[in-house]
Amino acid sequence: MIVPMSHILAFSGALFVMGLACVLAQRNLIMILIGVEIMLNAVGLTLVGASALWQKVDGQIFVIFLMAMTSAEVSISLAMVVYLRRRKGTLEADAFDGMKG
Amino acid sequence: MASAIFYLLGFTALAATALCITRRNPVHAVVYLVNALFALALMFYQLGAPLVAAWEVIIYAGAVMVLFLFIIMMLELTPTGAEMQGPGWRRWGPVLLLSLVILGCTLALLGIDADKDGVPAFWVSPREFGAALFDQYALAVQVVSFQLLYAAVGAFYVGKGTLRRRPQGGEAP
Repeated sequence: MIVPMSHILAFSGALFVMGLACVLAQRNLIMILIGVEIMLNAVGLTLVGASALWQKVDGQIFVIFLMAMTSAEVSISLAMVVYLRRRKGTLEADAFDGMKG
Repeated sequence: MASAIFYLLGFTALAATALCITRRNPVHAVVYLVNALFALALMFYQLGAPLVAAWEVIIYAGAVMVLFLFIIMMLELTPTGAEMQGPGWRRWGPVLLLSLVILGCTLALLGIDADKDGVPAFWVSPREFGAALFDQYALAVQVVSFQLLYAAVGAFYVGKGTLRRRPQGGEAP
């Protein structure tokens, strides 16, 4: 390990909180998706750091599965973004409150 | 030396992410996020995962972010006109600085003597990686391939539904 694991955890924790802030604060659906991407990348950094800490390859393999999951998620979500834009004419998240009680 | 580059890359990634999440223009956010992904890829490389670093660039920066840009530009989300008037250096300065830092770190990583610095305590070559992936995790690879197929079918279904509904004036108020 070139750096201690605690520093890697601090970096990825900061990245994760930034992604969470983007998801919570931004009102644009595209920016919310970008925040989800940032959070998934922070998780990937933690996994690769853990893989280097325990000298096992499994963490890196799980990052590959994470990337595949992200690709599927992004393709579905962007198709839904296009659909919602055609349906309501906007991408502001507040416009899609049809399920509010 | 190597750990200094790692910390520099970490702060570059944090700065690029902070700039990304505060943008109002989605295209600018995507460009900053690509910078953060490049920095993260170099950090993966330093942690002994060269294949993951390559796929970070290929899949995230190459495929996912281009998909984002394509959708943003197809939907014409970026405001045009008055947006383009500001001073050029304020728009180009941060991304240029981040890109130069990442480029400098890449060149510095090429020049590091691994034996003297004692860096790669753990290093997974693509051969070991593929052997572990297709030996222990063969079933998971099948499941993930099915998942990608479902995603493609689902995206096609959602897009096709809009095309069919649109000529009937089905837009909700």
